[in-house]
This record gives sequence, structure tokens and C-alpha cells, in this order.
Amino acid sequence: MNRIDLPAVVDEMDEVLAFMADQEKKSLLRFLTCGSVDDGKSTLIGRLLYDTKLIFEDQLAALQNDSRKHGTNGDDIDFALLVDGLEAEREQGITIDVAYRFFATPKRKFIVADTPGHEQYTRNMATGASTADLAIVLVDARQGVLTQTRRHSFIASLLGIRHIVLAVNKIDLVDYSQDVFDRIVADYTGFAADLGFATIQPIPISARYGDNVTLKSEKLGWYDGPALLTHLETISLDETDAARPFRFPVQYVNRPNQNFRGFAGTIASGTISVGSPVVVAKSGKASRVKRIVTQDGDLEQAVEGQAVTLVLEDEVEVSRGNMLVAPDARPDVADQFAAHLVWFGEEAMIPGRPYLLRTETDQVSVTITDLKYRININSFAQEAAKHLALNEVGVCNLSTGEPIAFDPYKENRSTGSFIIIDRMTNATVGAGMIDFALRRASNVHWQALDVDRDARAAQKSQRPAVLWFTGLSGSGKSTVANLLEKHLHSLGKHTYILDGDNVRHGLNRDLGFTAEDRVENIRRVGEVTKLMADAGLIVLVSFISPFRAERRLVRELLPEGEFIEIFVDTPIEECIKRDPKGLYAKALRGEIKNFTGVDSPYERPENPEIHLKTSGRTTEELAAEVEKYLGDHGIISNFNADSWSI
Amino acid sequence: MNQNLTHLQRLEAESIHIFREVAATFANPVMLYSIGKDSSVMLHLAMKAFYPAKPPFPFLHVDTTWKFREMIAFRDAQARELGFELRVHINEDGVRQGINPFVHGSNTHTHIMKTVGLRQALDKYGFDAAFGGARRDEEKSRAKERIFSFRNAQHGWDPKNQRPEMWKVYNTRIAKGESIRVFPLSNWTELDIWQYILQENIPIVPLYFAARRPVVERDGMLIMVDDERMELKAGEKIEERMVRFRTLGCYPLTGAIESTAATLPEIVGEMLIARTSERQGRLIDKDEAGSMEKKKREGYF
Repeated sequence: MNRIDLPAVVDEMDEVLAFMADQEKKSLLRFLTCGSVDDGKSTLIGRLLYDTKLIFEDQLAALQNDSRKHGTNGDDIDFALLVDGLEAEREQGITIDVAYRFFATPKRKFIVADTPGHEQYTRNMATGASTADLAIVLVDARQGVLTQTRRHSFIASLLGIRHIVLAVNKIDLVDYSQDVFDRIVADYTGFAADLGFATIQPIPISARYGDNVTLKSEKLGWYDGPALLTHLETISLDETDAARPFRFPVQYVNRPNQNFRGFAGTIASGTISVGSPVVVAKSGKASRVKRIVTQDGDLEQAVEGQAVTLVLEDEVEVSRGNMLVAPDARPDVADQFAAHLVWFGEEAMIPGRPYLLRTETDQVSVTITDLKYRININSFAQEAAKHLALNEVGVCNLSTGEPIAFDPYKENRSTGSFIIIDRMTNATVGAGMIDFALRRASNVHWQALDVDRDARAAQKSQRPAVLWFTGLSGSGKSTVANLLEKHLHSLGKHTYILDGDNVRHGLNRDLGFTAEDRVENIRRVGEVTKLMADAGLIVLVSFISPFRAERRLVRELLPEGEFIEIFVDTPIEECIKRDPKGLYAKALRGEIKNFTGVDSPYERPENPEIHLKTSGRTTEELAAEVEKYLGDHGIISNFNADSWSI
Repeated sequence: MNQNLTHLQRLEAESIHIFREVAATFANPVMLYSIGKDSSVMLHLAMKAFYPAKPPFPFLHVDTTWKFREMIAFRDAQARELGFELRVHINEDGVRQGINPFVHGSNTHTHIMKTVGLRQALDKYGFDAAFGGARRDEEKSRAKERIFSFRNAQHGWDPKNQRPEMWKVYNTRIAKGESIRVFPLSNWTELDIWQYILQENIPIVPLYFAARRPVVERDGMLIMVDDERMELKAGEKIEERMVRFRTLGCYPLTGAIESTAATLPEIVGEMLIARTSERQGRLIDKDEAGSMEKKKREGYF
């Protein structure tokens, strides 16, 4: 909305139409405001809206009312109240979520993301930064550069923002001092030099009194740069390079009838014309553009940012998540790559844990295979780390279940970005910026094997399977597994048992019992299990394996139907009573830390293939139940209840 | 950002992208069609997003039974003309209880006929995503809402625990019973809407244009007498005045403004020099501070 430079009465149609035509020629600048708590971000935006006459009379009346009730400025209008919309924010006087504001001047339209200062809301700042072209970093003149100033500047840089305004606010409270201003500017440019910004414009302002916000202030005569709004109106945006290679992530396949098959999406970069050659990124199949379809008529050409529907000349296979691209400048297609990762989850990111990865249109399973280092966002130093906690940033290698098509984030924000989703809660727990593909993945080709897994299993008259016994310590997993193996062996079946004892003393003796080590422990066991199943064996695995995520990880390593989760369900009171190794006694005395069921959780299986309730049943009955399942599902052919003495 | 694209072309592309994203990732989406100008723009964008196909989802109107008669006529004409699937839901419990905005006030009426009605419809059809026409420039709590806004199984919104929304990478995953409200017009302003209606020649309900209409002055607002259910209080009288509406809803709760603007450019011209914000004509926002946020937490759009 805009009421600037309007004639007093607009009643002529021509004038309105002329005004609207002017609106259309304006460019758009998306920026965000960030900085520490109480640096005056919301006040600054309120001031910008007020000074560009965007506050309506009824809003102003409500604001004056609110200012008396919640305001921190005595009887003056508290502009922050206009922007801090949520009730909780008004009561606490802080900003807890990103708010989007809209204003315009005769030169430009603006979308402002007002983002939170508190450390725990860093993820909301990243949200605002991901779509912004410029960041206003506010600093309180009395406080100077703070931790949050550095953190937010770093996140802005990480998310690819190239222009910074360093707004030294509350300059009125330091008597409009040039010395204070110069000192803060020197501090800031000192550390920001490494962050790769294209421009940094320092401006002394008072958001509360409006100095240097829309107009230059006489009280700051020593400052010879532009007022803030002037700078925002005139800074030259990074124009997109029309020569950037064509990228069209396919969102939706539009197929209303047999005669029409169009690929709908938004052009992420470059231009496309009718007749242009394109290839399908993941398959390399080539075709040409036959039509560029819109409801307003077919186009000859379409450019970056347009949402169109492409029809190709050939019947090539393309589905959502794939990309149509320029044949002479293709994106990477890989299942392993390096990326910067910002963590948003309450639960830490642990390498090896399975998550979902989502790009603009693609979705695949993913694990972080290696956390190379964490970045200390205060010193920007690289630090060794085993996990990433909430609001931490790291550089990682990732491995996806299927290859994805992408560009490095530095070259393309649309095709180089992704989010990480928790598989249980569906929460967005991380955001990533891809650095480069790891070539390892494309160079290691699978050996084509003549003797395959089916051949090996057939030779043994069985189908491979992984019997995964999970349950508390002392629940009876190993006892049941041992008896079952004995019986299967007597039937001529080829089996192997993996349990904590034979694995922990060899393969995994370098691992302890922290959450990270437990994940790695299960990952290795999963991989060994997979090899054994490939060899045609029936593998019995007896592990407490308390976390659903890890059990699911192993399940996904194996072909459908081969992972048989067996929940050995014994009440904890009973396990404590049995305590065959005396471990509960020690754990309850606090001598063992992270003991499952005592001070570390056991996540019960939600849909196990077999739920063994052990109370009142013999080991023979339990083992026979499992064997019957194997018979029923064709893993062994000769189950015979009579062979059990029950 | 590309110089070749105008501001409106960019907004249009963003909205179309959002429509397609929902169609591609949800099993059972729906568009909430409230018949107002924002709904008209949404409908227009939805038709564009899937051309040459029709939008692959139905349109739902939660009818409070107190909408202007012209709105209902317009709704049915649009559905006929454009050939989209229209479903109308009325909270029959509310009708049985005789909920009446004149008697029960805007809060109770809106809660029962609109919020509860909407929840009933969403549960009845099992919709997992619902498009709404809210814009961030409308109201303070709207300014903070995501484009893909998560709702728990009770349709509630938790403003303090919103999913981060990065780039155009939308997290569309939900568990059974949960849903997402999707706002394709989040980044449009009121001016953008009008400008687009003008540019694209989008049909809107005639109530937006000034005409002589029967109104009553009540509580500082001009209420149009749309049917015989409106009873006059002592001292009130019906007058024919030249009025129009800036927003449309239930007629007893929607104030008219005196105006002679009978064409789109005149409306825009009037809006440009207006001194009060758009929602001011709605009783529901004024009841108490933070009232919109409260309604949204309860499942209101």
C-alpha cells in the first residue's frame, strides 16, 4: 500500500491508472533486520512504516492505546508495538517470530522480515534471511558489537546475503558521537571482512527520533553517507545473469487427458525458448521444448522466476523431483555431497541417524555420514564435534538414498538448498547449503556379480532374513535367540548370531555408550547384517537397540520383508529382578551412566513383526513362535510344531 | 530477481508455485472459498496454476447462513461458469441452536458458525491441506504466519512453535489427523490485489462497488439491511445511501462505507487516500486486543 506523492484527491481514472502503471515499474527489495535483543529492530521498522505514512488512523489510535498499556517509552508512541504482533511478544517486550511487513516509496517496493534477536530464535532469523537480498544489522551505540551481531552477520553470509547495512542505532543516547560510531564500524568491518559481503554501508541512526532513517539528520552533520531509506532505494541489486544455465525443477506433472502431458514448475535460473534442447538431469535423456503453456496463451520464451508448464517433443520419463536443464551446463547428480548445515532441532543432529532431505521439489532419505567440523559462530573457528545442537552450524558430508540433482548454493540459491526433516515428528530440524558433490559416489561402481544373493540363499534351501531381537537388558533376547539358532541349525539352516558381546569386543570396541556411539554401533551392526543376509544367512541379532530411528535405519538397509523386528517384551521390574549380569544394581546405584530403562529411554517398537510377551511363557514357546513366523513367511520351508517339546 | 518480471508477475508466479506444491504433495487438499475479492484472486490463480486442467481439488464454502445474498448468487454463478467442484458446509448444530449475530454477538456467532463449522467440514471430508486467502499485510498476527502453516489434530495453531520456512522449500509432511493451512497470497498487499483484479479483469461481487443500498446506522457502523431477519432497534431507521464494502462477510457484522466509487479505478483511487485500514470494517477484530491471534489458535482462518 502506498500513499506517497499522491495528489490530494484522486478522482480521475487516468491518474489512478497512471499511478498503477508507475507501481508496476518499481523493483522489489526484500530485506531483513537483525541484531541483538533491544537494539531496536522493531522500533526501526515501525518508524519506517510511520515515516512512509503507512500507518492508518485506526492503527495509530490502537498504537497509542497499546503504548500506554505495554509501552516502554512513557507517553511517547512505542513503534515496536506496531510490529510485535503476537500477544506473548507484547507482554514480554521481545520479538519471538519473524514478521513480514510491506511498504513502498516512489522508487521501490519493500518486503521486510523483522527477525528475533534472542539466541533461541536463531532459526527464525535464518527463515527471514533465506529469501532476503539485504540485511540491516542493528547495533546499539551504547553496547557496540555483541555476540548476536556476529552470529547474525554470519548467518546472513551463510545464507548468501550479499549486502549489509550496519545501522548504529540509539546514537542519540551517546550524544551523536562520531568517535563511538567510528569505533563500532572498525570493530564490525574487522570481523566481517571474512564473510564475503559485496557491500557494507554503516549508518548512524536513531530509530526512536527518526534521525537518518528517511531523511538525513542535522545532528549528524559529520556523517556524509546516505540516510537509511535513500540507501535502500538506490542500492543496486544483484541482477540475475540471464546467461545462468537453465534450471527447471519439475513440481507437478499435468496430465488432464491422453493428449496432454506438461511439466509444471518455476524456472530456477536461465531462460527457455520453444525449440530449445533440454535434458532430464537424472537420466540424461534429451528432448526439445515443444510448447511453453500458460492460461494466457503459449509463450515463445520464459525466464527465471516464471511459473510455466513445459511440453516436450518426445515422450521422456520425468517426474516430480527431477529437473529439466540446459544440455551444455548440467547440474550435479549425486548421492553424496558436502554442505553447510544449520541445526534447528531440539534434539541434536547425530551422524548416522536417518532423516529426510527435501529440496524445492525432491525428497529422499538422508544420513549425515561425517560431521567434518562445527563452526564457532563467535570466533568463526572450526571445532571438532560429534553432533550439532540447536542453533549450531557445521560442515558435513551427506549421503542420500537416491541421487538428487543440484548446484552449489553459491551458484544457485534455489537448486543448492535443502531442509532436513525429522522422520518421526515431521519437524523441520535443519537447513543446508550444498557446497559440492563428492566424486567418490560416482566413481565407485557396483561390481556386477554372477553369483547373487538369491543364488546363495537357494543353495541353502532358505531365504535370508534378519531376526532383530530388541528389548531391555535382561529381557531374554539372547536366551531366545540362542535356543532358536540351535533348533534352526538342527534343521540344516545356515545361521549366525550377532550380539553385544561378540560385536562390542571386536568390531566396535572403539565405541562407548554416548548417544553418538550407540548410533554408530547400530550402523556398523546393520552393515554387517546386510552383508550376511547377502550371503544368504538367517542372521539373529540380539541388541537392546533402544531407539526407533536406529532400528528403522537397519530396516531400510535391507530389502522389503527381510527385516523382522522382534520385540522381547519383559516388564522392567522383572528385568531388574533377574539382573543376570548385575548391571541394573550398578546402574541404580549410579555406577553406570546412560543405562537403558534406568537413566536412558527405551522406545518401544510401534509395529514389530513379532511381539513376544514373555510373562509366564517358556523359552521354548517363545522360540517356537518365532520359528513359526519364519515358516509362515516362507523363510524356512519345513516348520514343524512337533519338533518342539511344548 | 529478474528485471523482465514485474512485481505482480513475481507475486503471481509465487502463488502458482504454492498451489502446485500442495497439489503434488497432499492427498486431499481443499480451497476455502469465502467469495470475497481475495478468494476471487485465489480462484483465478488456481485456474492458471493447473491450466489446461481444472484445479485438482474442491472448493469449500463454510456458509454461516448470514452472508449477503449477492455473495451466494455470485458464488453459484462462478462455480457454474468455471466448472469447479463447490462444496457448501453449514454448521447444522448452530442452526438448530438458532445462533444469530444480532442476538449472540459477533464472537459467539463467528466461533460457532465459522470456526466450528470449518472444523466440522475439515473433519468430515478429511482434508489434509486447506488454502486460505489471508495476507500478511492484513493484521499483526497474520504478518507472522508461515505460508505453509501447520495445524495440530485439533486444528490449533501454535504461533511460538512454527516450522522454519526456508527459501521455497516447503515442509508438507504431516501425521494422520494433522493438517496444513496454506496461504498463497501471503506476500500480496491490498493494493496488489486490486491492481491484479484490474489487470486480469477478475469478476468480484458487486457489493464492492458503490450503489444505493438500504442501511442502518448502528454502533458507529453502517449495516446493510439484507433481509427481514434484521430487526430495527428504537430510534433506528432504514436509509438509502450510496455505499460500498471494502471487505465482505456476514452482513450483520460488516460495515459499509459511504462512497461513490462504482468502478475499479475509482475504488483503487479511494483506497489510496483512505485513512483507515481494511479490517476496520469488521466487528470481529475489534472485540479485544489480540482477538485474531486467539481465533487462529482455535482454528479460525
